[in-house]
Amino acid sequence: MSEEIDAGSAAAQLAEHGAPDGALEVGRPRRRKEDARLLTGSTRWTDNITLPGLLHMAILRSPIAHARISRVDVGPALQRPGVIAAFSGADLSAELGTLPCAWPVTADIVQPDHHPMAVDEVRHVGEAVAVVVARDRYAAADALEAVVVEYDPLPPVLDMEEALKNEVLVHSDKGTNKTFLWPLDGGDYDAARARADVVVTRRYIQQRLIPNAMEPRAVVVEPIAAAGEYTVYSATQIPHILRLMLALVTGIPEQKVRVVAPDVGGGFGSKLNVYAEEVIALVVARRLGRPVKWTESRSEGYQATIHGRDQIQDIEIAATRDGTILGLSVDLKVDMGAYLQLVTPGIPILGAFMFNAIYKMEAYRFRCTGVFTTKTPTDAYRGAGRPEATYAIERIVTELAHELGMDPMELRRKNWIRHEEFPYTTIAGLTYDSGNYEAATEKAMRLFGYDQLRAEQAQRRRAGDPVQLGLGISTYTEMCGLAPSRVLGSLSYGAGGWEGASIRMLPSGKVEVVTGTSPHGQGHETAWSQIAADALGVPFDDVSVIHGDTQSAPQGMDTYGSRSLTVGGIAVHLAAGKVIEKARRVAAHLLEAAERDVEFAAGAFSVKGSPEARKTIQEVALATFAAHDLPAGMEPTINAEAVLDPENFSFPHGTHLCAVEVDTETGHTKIRSYVAVDDIGRVVNPLIVEGQVHGGVAQGIAQALYEEAVYDPDGNLVTGTMVDYLVPAAPDLPDFVTDRTETPATSNPLGVKGVGEAGTIASTPAVVNAVVDAVRHLGVNDIRMPCTPERVWRAIHERGSGGGDRAPEGTVGYGGAQTATTAGGAE
Amino acid sequence: MTRIEVTVDGVRYSDEVEPRLLLVHYLRDRLGKVGTPIGCDTSNCGACTVHLDGVSVKSCSVLAVQADGHDVTTIEGLSTGGELHPMQQAFRDNHALQCGFCTPGMVMAALDLLRDNPSPTDEEIRDGLEGNLCRCTGYQNIVRAVRAAAQAQAGRAAEPMPAQTAMEATR
Repeated sequence: MSEEIDAGSAAAQLAEHGAPDGALEVGRPRRRKEDARLLTGSTRWTDNITLPGLLHMAILRSPIAHARISRVDVGPALQRPGVIAAFSGADLSAELGTLPCAWPVTADIVQPDHHPMAVDEVRHVGEAVAVVVARDRYAAADALEAVVVEYDPLPPVLDMEEALKNEVLVHSDKGTNKTFLWPLDGGDYDAARARADVVVTRRYIQQRLIPNAMEPRAVVVEPIAAAGEYTVYSATQIPHILRLMLALVTGIPEQKVRVVAPDVGGGFGSKLNVYAEEVIALVVARRLGRPVKWTESRSEGYQATIHGRDQIQDIEIAATRDGTILGLSVDLKVDMGAYLQLVTPGIPILGAFMFNAIYKMEAYRFRCTGVFTTKTPTDAYRGAGRPEATYAIERIVTELAHELGMDPMELRRKNWIRHEEFPYTTIAGLTYDSGNYEAATEKAMRLFGYDQLRAEQAQRRRAGDPVQLGLGISTYTEMCGLAPSRVLGSLSYGAGGWEGASIRMLPSGKVEVVTGTSPHGQGHETAWSQIAADALGVPFDDVSVIHGDTQSAPQGMDTYGSRSLTVGGIAVHLAAGKVIEKARRVAAHLLEAAERDVEFAAGAFSVKGSPEARKTIQEVALATFAAHDLPAGMEPTINAEAVLDPENFSFPHGTHLCAVEVDTETGHTKIRSYVAVDDIGRVVNPLIVEGQVHGGVAQGIAQALYEEAVYDPDGNLVTGTMVDYLVPAAPDLPDFVTDRTETPATSNPLGVKGVGEAGTIASTPAVVNAVVDAVRHLGVNDIRMPCTPERVWRAIHERGSGGGDRAPEGTVGYGGAQTATTAGGAE
Repeated sequence: MTRIEVTVDGVRYSDEVEPRLLLVHYLRDRLGKVGTPIGCDTSNCGACTVHLDGVSVKSCSVLAVQADGHDVTTIEGLSTGGELHPMQQAFRDNHALQCGFCTPGMVMAALDLLRDNPSPTDEEIRDGLEGNLCRCTGYQNIVRAVRAAAQAQAGRAAEPMPAQTAMEATR
């Protein structure tokens, strides 16, 4: 079936039809420029970089979740072969400073010091304690075992509700494990609840996830000691932010720090950070006056790179008997881990505006409590707050439908914002500029065969088939395109959300686009070339894109939050527009015409009424380079730059439908079909879009069915390697049927919305709704993620006891018992 | 130290190595063959997959000394004369890569898969690539690419066919 209707098979379409000459580049499924080097191993990953005299750094990490450090002796390591230097946290503390958190969400937030290397106390397994620098990576790793560290163990605290009792303090000087309380109110929730016929209350658990970008993190620092200048190569999503932060943390003047993000192998938020190792490598390179490299091993990264999600979600929805949603209340507890990384506290706040999702309601109450525990810090992971919100609302709306005896799609239809109601200001205060939930849903239902599947489900129920069918719905939206700077300011974020682009018209007529975005798999070199080619009327192949180096691409805010296209791509479009305006002036001069009479089309300027008199953009570029005959007083350049601060977020949306077969005897879940219809506005490159949806959906499915970072009661990460943490492989995932509707964004001139996170945000609740739907008739109304065979089996066979919500024996988890439904009016 | 002689991408090397040196570190750190990356430390991810005498191995799980006297092909040895290998071309045509970090290993594993089974079903492709992890693509386009490469390979194998087919058609 999927072969027939897989309308998203853009590759096949292009192969058959191609695109007519002169057609716009935007919208064409261009093969990527990036692929030539990535496919042939001509790549420049950070770990590939080698320099004369390069030293290798290895890091000794705490094996204990919480302890006082009573002694560190690096002396014995210095005796090992090949070792050049070794340092404890105390040795370097004056230079290392404290790692930044750029998003203090409240005025009274508790912000502990975060030393890149622990000095007197460790607060999670994997925290850096000492470093060894040696001539090769084996010698450095070997010498770690010679470092002597003595610990006085302190009790760990792993469970957020335990932590909030403040009996064990993660940061004893702060007196509390509560990081902040952040509220948001729209309307009067208590009044809405009092009028409700039905109130459904649930506790959902967002398990902790490990991002798993395929390229481990790495950093290489090249010092020019005599000049006090440093080049930092890092596997980062944020070279520009990292440069500023490294300067602030180390005191090295910003103009003397250059950060390069070479080829970066995925990030998903995990490389949106300022990490201890980046600061340590810089400080050690400065101390030694020699280049230093550090590359994490995968297992090391599991402890030292941020984790994602980890929330307890207490959510309540109030509605009338006819299915009109009146109000929503959300109480979150969010595990910060032991420290605040770059945007740790802000992640759930991004979700605060998304729990109400696509639904109209009169009241919304949101409370978010940040909690310290003795675990690896959390931070942005693909979707960053919005998958968590979308999961909770799409799950509880489904539960509400069940309580009301309504079809879950009917309940959604009754409450969602209708297409004629846009722009629509939500109860959370955002204004959604455009959308058409009806169209996306209609298309998805047709591709999915919803009614036939429901009929089959009923048949299997009647037959008592041991393999039951379940259907899951997710009608999601998201806010992306981070972000209007004034909004970020109002949310206490430390920076703006603009993006820069500049365009260099070379004398030969070729074009360099310099972007502030920092791609790590997204294909910006291809997509930005398409945008610039259209705007400038030049061939796609004549455009090169420069990025990821603060020296050559000096102004940027980097890549995260599905922002690159809607902010950075639009900046490219705007810069190109400025080039055309400058070039028009030159062309008018050369054509001896008034500027207002000169038109630009298909890469050439011509005079209205006499199309034979024309100058191509390439001719204008060369004439500007020669500068022999330019308009009086004009600078000899048609280069231009633009810095765009977006006026609003963008709001992609869509309908994802999932059918699963659950074996009630084994608890095994198999995804039978998955349909994703996304509305991401106008599409620049359908190949890239389809790829982003596939990968996004895969990561969302992974949360639903496979992945969880698990700690034992002592605070050891027991899913500590790729052996124990289930990153899905090809046999674990189905083919997806993808399609689109196209409702352009009204907030930017190309009508684009962004697609990087949509699949992940949408898919998790679609899958879990399907799994629960498959076994609901057996008395199950929730299964904790990931829905492993054991949890599904327990949910079926220990029904009513919340069996599916139990953590495995000996691990830390949160119960799901706080679940109730109040019918017939609120108390 | 042990002396080894290894042919890598058609070039013969003779080196003294520590017996514990992993093949992937020999390739990357000694020979500068950095096209083969390292994605994990438990041989789960497959990013470092190369061919040893034409058969795929995870080069993080092979010692350099085990490659003594053998022939290694990495991703860097596939394309010739500036032309992509048909499997590389299939990956490009089908957008089977995003960040590209898993790609060298995925391509090498896919070639070995087709060597074993020249016309695999989609399910066989998925099973055959189980030892190679990708975090970007969701695997669907990788499956497409391998299917396309298999079809192209079958087409090349049958290249004398069109004339015959044409003759048959005229009968």
